[in-house]
Order: sequence, then C-alpha cells, then structure tokens
Amino acid sequence: MRNGEIITAGVLALFSIYLMWESAELPIGYIPGRGPGGGFWPFWLSAIMLACCGLIAFNWWRRTSPPSRSEEPFLDSYGWRMVALVGGGVVVFVALINIISMYGAIAVFLFYYLRFLGRHSWGLSISLAVATPLVFFFFFEGAMQITMPSGMSFTDPVFDLLYEIIY
Amino acid sequence: MTVSKRVLLQLGCAAIVALAPLPSVAQEWEPRRPIDFTIMAGPGGGADQIARFIQSVAEEYDMTNRPLVPSNRGGGSGAEALIHVANASDPDHTILVTLNSFFTTPLRQSELGIDIQTFTPVAMMGVDPFVLWVHTESGITTFDQFVEQVQSMGGEFVMGGTGAGQEDSIVIAFMSAAYDLDINYIPYDGGGAVARDLAGQQIMATVNNPAEAKGFYEAGDFVPLLAFSDERLPAYPDVPTIRELGHDFSYYNQRAVVGAPGMSDEAAAYYQDLFGRIYESEEWQAYLESESLAPLWMDADEQRAYWATQVENHRELLEALGE
Amino acid sequence: MEILSLLGDGMLLAVQPQNLLLIVIGVTVGLFIGAMPGLGSVNGVAILLPITFLVPPSGAIIFLAAIYYGAMYGGAISSVTLGIPGASTAVATTFDGRPLARQGRASLALVTAALASFVGGTVANVFFTAFAPLLADVALSFGPPEIFALMLLAFATFVGLGGDDIPKTIFSICFGLVLGAIGFDQISGAPRLVLFDITGFLQGIGFLVLAIGVYGIGEMLWTIEQSRGDVESTNPKMTMRGMAADTAEATRRGWKGTAIGSVLGFFVGILPAAGATPASLMSYGVAKMVSRVPHEFGRGNPDGVAAPEAANNSASTGSMLPMLTLGIPGSPTTAILLGGMVIWGLVPGPLLFVQETEFVWGLIGSFYISNVAAVLINLAFIPVFIWMLRMPFTILAPMIFVLSIAGGFAATRDMFDIWLIVIFGLGAFVLRRFDYPLAPAVLAIVLGPIAEPTLRQSLLLSSGDPSIFFTRPVAAPITIIALILLFLPAVKLLRRGRGKSGAEPS
Repeated sequence: MRNGEIITAGVLALFSIYLMWESAELPIGYIPGRGPGGGFWPFWLSAIMLACCGLIAFNWWRRTSPPSRSEEPFLDSYGWRMVALVGGGVVVFVALINIISMYGAIAVFLFYYLRFLGRHSWGLSISLAVATPLVFFFFFEGAMQITMPSGMSFTDPVFDLLYEIIY
Repeated sequence: MTVSKRVLLQLGCAAIVALAPLPSVAQEWEPRRPIDFTIMAGPGGGADQIARFIQSVAEEYDMTNRPLVPSNRGGGSGAEALIHVANASDPDHTILVTLNSFFTTPLRQSELGIDIQTFTPVAMMGVDPFVLWVHTESGITTFDQFVEQVQSMGGEFVMGGTGAGQEDSIVIAFMSAAYDLDINYIPYDGGGAVARDLAGQQIMATVNNPAEAKGFYEAGDFVPLLAFSDERLPAYPDVPTIRELGHDFSYYNQRAVVGAPGMSDEAAAYYQDLFGRIYESEEWQAYLESESLAPLWMDADEQRAYWATQVENHRELLEALGE
Repeated sequence: MEILSLLGDGMLLAVQPQNLLLIVIGVTVGLFIGAMPGLGSVNGVAILLPITFLVPPSGAIIFLAAIYYGAMYGGAISSVTLGIPGASTAVATTFDGRPLARQGRASLALVTAALASFVGGTVANVFFTAFAPLLADVALSFGPPEIFALMLLAFATFVGLGGDDIPKTIFSICFGLVLGAIGFDQISGAPRLVLFDITGFLQGIGFLVLAIGVYGIGEMLWTIEQSRGDVESTNPKMTMRGMAADTAEATRRGWKGTAIGSVLGFFVGILPAAGATPASLMSYGVAKMVSRVPHEFGRGNPDGVAAPEAANNSASTGSMLPMLTLGIPGSPTTAILLGGMVIWGLVPGPLLFVQETEFVWGLIGSFYISNVAAVLINLAFIPVFIWMLRMPFTILAPMIFVLSIAGGFAATRDMFDIWLIVIFGLGAFVLRRFDYPLAPAVLAIVLGPIAEPTLRQSLLLSSGDPSIFFTRPVAAPITIIALILLFLPAVKLLRRGRGKSGAEPS
C-alpha cells in the first residue's frame, strides 16, 4: 500500500499537469472588463489538484495517512485474481457489444459470471442468461423506445424479427 | 454439411420474407428499426419544440411503422449532433432536426471535419424569423429609443443570447455595426433561459424567435421593437422590419430535417414523402401561422443549393463578426 | 377560495376510476423506471406520448404526474439497494441509505425514503397552491450572480462530506469540477479539454457516466474484493410487523431531516437552473449541522436519508413552478410536457396560470393524488426490493454490472461513454483502495457546469468587477453565508491546532 500511495499520487499529479496543459489552450487569465477566460476555471482547478497531490505526497513522507502506514500489499493474489476475472469480464462484455449486440453481450457475460465465477448450476445459468436479455429487449426497445447497439450486420435477421414482434 | 447449412439458411430467409406483411413487399422501402430523430439543440428551445411537435403529428396519424425517437444533442452549438449523425452506423434510420448552426458550426470548427453537403436533404419545414425584444418596464417602445438608450449607456447595455457565433449573435452583430452600438453580450445555454432572464430583467434586451417570446408578449411583459424578416410579420403588424429602415438584411433560422450521410435513395425518398405529408398536415400549417414561421418548401435539389448559398452567407457574416 | 374549488375539481377528476387506474399504472411504471440506474422520468414520458391520443388531455396530464412522482420515489430505491444513485438528485441518499442497507436495515432506509418523499412532495404542493404567483417573482429575481452564490453555498456543504483526508477530498472536488468543464466552453463556444484529441470528449462527460462508473463498477469491484466474493445478505424478510416498526422508527428518527428537506428543497427547487441536486445536498448538510449526533451521519442515520429524499421530491415539485407560471421548462421532463401543451393548444407563458386555470389546477390536483398513490404503492413494493437484495450475491453482482452498462447506454446512447464508464470504474476501484472519497467528485460534476457559466455571466454583467456578488441585495447575504461556511472548518482547525486541548472532534 505504501508504494501504491505514492505511485497513485504521482500518476494523478501527472494527470493534473496534463489537464493544466490542455486548459491553457484557451485564455487562463482574468481578462479586464470581461472576467475569466475560457481556460481559467479548469486550469486553476487542475492546479489545485496538483497542489493536493503534493500534500498527499507530504503526508506520505510524514506517514500520517493510513495507506502510507499500511504494509499490506495493494492486492493479494486472491484480490488480483478476482479483479482480473470480474473487471476483465466487464471489459470483454463491453467489447462484445459492438460485435454481438448489447443483448448478446449480456447473455454471454451473465452466463460467464453465473456459471464460472458464481458456480451456479447449468440450468440456472443458461435460463438467466437467456431470459434477462429478452426481458431487457422488450423493456428498452418496446416500452422505453431506446435502441441498443445491434452489433455487426449478421445479427440483423434476428433483430428484424424481434422488431416485427414489438411494433 | 456446408450445403445443407446454406440450404437451411435460405429456407429461413425465405420463411422470414414470406411471413413479412405484404405492404412492405409492395412498397419499396420502409424503416425496420426505430428512427433516431436527433435534435441539434437542448430541450425546451425552438428546435426542440418543433421536433416534439413533428413527432406527435406523425404519431397521431400513425404515419410511420416504426417510432421516431427524439434525442437532444445540443452540445457545442450542435457539434455533438453533427458528429453523431455523420458517424451514424445505420444512416437509413438516422435523421436530424437542424437550425442554422448546421451551417455555422462546421464553419467555426473546421477541425470537426464535417461537410454538410454529404448529408441527405429531406425537408425544409419552414424558416423562423428573429425579433428584437425589450422588457415593458424599460419604457422603450420604438427602435429609435432603443438606439438612443444603448448609445447613452456607453457599453453598459446588456443583451443576452445563445452564444458567440450563434444565430442571434449574428443579428446583434449586424445591428451593432449598422447603428454603431456598443453592447455587453451575455451568452446563455438556450433561448428559454434568455427569455427567462429578460422577463426577470437580468438583461435588457434579446433577439429571440417569436415562438420563444410569444407567451411573455401576450402577457404584456415584452415589447417587440424590430423584426429581421423580409416583410412585416402578420402576428406583429406594427413592428417595422430592418429592411424598412434602409438596410438590405434579413435573417431566418432554418427549421429543416436532414438525413445522415450515406442514406440510401429509397430511404431518402421515404422520409421526403413522410415529412412532405407532415408539412401538409393541418396541424403543421396551423403551427407555422401561430408561431410566425414562414413557409419555405423546397425539394431535395433546391435544398442542396440553399445549403451552398447559406454556407457562403454565413462565411461572410462570421468573417464580418471576426470569428 | 376559487383556487381551492379549482383544486378540488382537479382532485375529483384524478380520483375518477379511469384516471385512478392511470395513476396506479403511471406510478408503478415510474417507480421501476426511476429505480433503474440511468433511466428517469424523461424516459417514462416517452411512454406517455402515444397514450395522449387515446385518452383526453386531462387523463394524459394525470398520467404524466403519476410517472413523475413514481420516478422521484424510485430514485431512492437504487441508491439504497444497489448503491448506485440513478439520478444526481439521489447521490446524497446513498450517504446514509447504503450503510443502512449494509447493516441489514434496508427496509428502514426505504421506508424512511418513502415517507420523507411523501412529506416533501405534500409540503411543496401546499406551498405551490398557496403562493405560486408570488414565488414566480422570487424565481425571476435570481439572475446569474444569485445562482452562483447559491452554488457556492452548495459547495460549502461539501466540506463536511469528505473523509478525514483533506487533500484527497479537495482533489476529488476539483477533479469532478474539471471533468464537468470538458466539452465546449459555453461562454466563448470554443472546444475545451478535448483530452488526447479524442472527439468523443467534445460531448462532455455526463453525471451518469461518472456515477455509474464509480458506484456501479468501482464500488462493486471493491465490495467483491473486500468480501472475497461472498457477501452475507443480512436483510431479513419483510413482515407487516417489521414494516410497522420501521415506520415508527423512521418517523421518530427522520422527522427532523424531513422537515428541513421539505422546506429548503422547495425554495431551492423553484430557482431557475438550480434544481433538485443542490437542494438535496444542502438539506443533507443542514440536517447534519443541526443534528445532535452529526458523527452518525454517513454511518446510517435515518435523518441522513430523510433530508435529501424530502428535498428532492419537494424540489422536483417546486421546479414545476417556473414552467407553469412562466412557461419555461426547468428540466427535460417539463420540456416534453410543454411540447405536449402546444399540441393540446395551450400557449406556454405567464398567461398560462391566469387563463388556463383548469389545466394548471388540474395538474396540481393530480400531483396531490399521485403523491398519495406513490407512497402507498412504494411501500407495497418495498418487500419486493428487499427480496431482490436477498438474492445470492453471485447473482446480484452480475445483474448490477449488466444494469449499469445497459442503463448507462440508455442514458447516453453512445458507446464512447460506456468505455468511459469502464475506465472510471477501474480507476475508482484503485482510488477507493487508497481512501480517496469519490462522492464529492460525483456531485461536483453536476454543480460545476452550473457554477462556472453563472460565475462568468455575472462577471460579464459587471464588466469584470467581482463586487457584484456583494452588492446585489439577494446575492450578497447568500455569498457571505457561503463564505463563512466555507472558511469555518479552516478556522476551527486553526483554533484546535493552537489550543491542542483534549476533546476529540467528531
């Protein structure tokens, strides 16, 4: 945790500097008679962010904040595995949306999580993975009139059929 | 295996075609998805009101077999909407309600890489004139008094608008140059907020579409001073036009519907027919009259030509503004 | 007295069998839409439009009021049960609602939220009935300097919200404000902070993108990691007796917050541009300030649920005021309602209140009835939401992820924003691990885009002279109170540092 604290503060400081640099594309000063320029607000707020990172680093050096005193690792092996499996699952889920549509991705993600992470039975996993996207489809597209991504064109026949049902 | 799979697939497709209702086979093209009806402005303003109105006319007469789904994308003077529609994954089901930022935003932000001539013309539903308004309690009743008042305040006269380079600021810039006015211009995020702050006398005057100010006018809060139309507006017969004062200037906000770039000809024909019918409807004609919009129907080719001339006009206007 | 008879007519109309049915359907639909992260009453109104052609306009108005109220109540449900505020107005509800749910007292939190919402809505309706035209003038007297002063006041209540680590809290506030500035500069119209030249940032970052990322993904990952993937569900089954006990406890321990939220919420809600989010936040802050047990706030105090919930209902009702008295929409939902009024042949504007009295009082009358229906239906559904919480965590967790992503898309309709949600989620997980408080950032992204333009509009009005905040009769007292509140903690800190005397602060 102690190393992580200072590394995080360093990354955030770099990010703050980047934000300051981006804000400076617009006037960051006080234009007489007109008030602050377009970059004023984000620039000085980013500057405060940078100053806060400095203070966080100072507290780290003084060892006053809890993470800077903690000797436990940022994540243990179980934590890393869990984050990789769950967080990675969410990333793959989102990546799949453009390929097999929102509903297809939901089905795959639910099945993956329920069967392999949750260790539920095949029957429960499959039925939830199929039923949820169907319910979502009729809720979002039918009732709410919100069109979700339908993925690549090979999903078209399925969607044409479903739209024929709801309209 | 491959053969039987393909046969199955063909059978399946044939079944779907056979099951599809007959009219869709008879007619050339019909939407298969809900139609993305993007609006180039935030909720509540003139463009939004018009889009919602069009949607309900279509809904009332059941004109489309798939719903029009409005979504407001007003960010960055409509840049958000232009980017969204230009990159639409399904151009046959994506249409856009535009105002003049359709011309000005690509001019002012060339880095967006938007070429409006790639969009598909659908329908010109009308053009919205602009009127100069002040609050009743200011005591100003004529444009001459207005000019006098502004000049006597030496830069302290405050007007509100929807932002630099927006429709109303172009009108104000022209007026300021023509009459040597020094105006303190405060940008707001929409025509509704501008009208509200005039009603509360936070600002002293505005240039608004009649639709946005009508309610306050009828309640006796706002006084119209000058119209920026070619002829006097029927609803405001006593308000002179800037043309009558000897300036060759008029300015309208277009209320047009355009299709996404890459829309198929069949789809474009479908939407042109659809919005033609909405335009002819009793409701729309009544709306044009009550909200002082001028009709300006054009076919697709005329619209493209109109776009080209408008882009040129706005290029000159913006250059004069120093944008 | 004419008002009362018109109001009575409106209520009578609302309790006719057909309209009552519309109310029940509307409230139920609204409740579930509001409980979905990413969806709100705007989406509910989408269902409304086709119905307006099936029933007379009066029925359509009643249906709208019902959806509106249902969705307002629903916002608290996802805050408490899922820990994801479905709307910016419900962020403050998570502060104490979520801890209560974790302690197995979700039912208490939900009952408190429902009752507080009911009182807030009712108080607002009464104020509305009694003083509407008068309040319209008050609302108009708030120009940019007054709104900015009010935002400053809202920021002052931030100070008490963060954790113990002050630099990290300030970092979080500024981070949210800068995120809110991404997109276009409203004053100059120029693109700003287009990070890494990705055009997606031109559209700005919405509140929901950050909130769903932080709460729906980041907080969930953190919970899974901390609990080793197996969260004990401690929420007991709901019984009638339990409900009665919760009601008694909610009344006893939440009345103060409810009272504060109802009144404060209404007055902040009627102001243009301010809205229900600062209202709920400020009510939470005030409730904490006047509480005898401020240290219990953030750890599951019913007052901390009641104050923001009463406030956001009260403010949402109050935000109808500018629409009805001035014809200016205060929110996307009211904008759609205004569009509907044009179709029904009504002219939005100041005359609406004078000329279309039947419409206006009919709408307000149906507010009263919808509010009663909403609290009853909400209470009836609480066991269902508790039952959802009792699902095994390995089913609940993936469902929350799916709801977050699908709801996030429904709100923004843009895949770019979905990727941002994932990035914010993973980032929030790391920051959470290092004790960075993230609620201030989530609120700052809502308040920033109100505060910055009003600050700059004010300075344009005064030709760059900041004294405008101290010379206008309404702005001056608000600014001064806000500044005192902002610097009070610093003064306290100094005094404490100098005195070094014993008593441990809360």
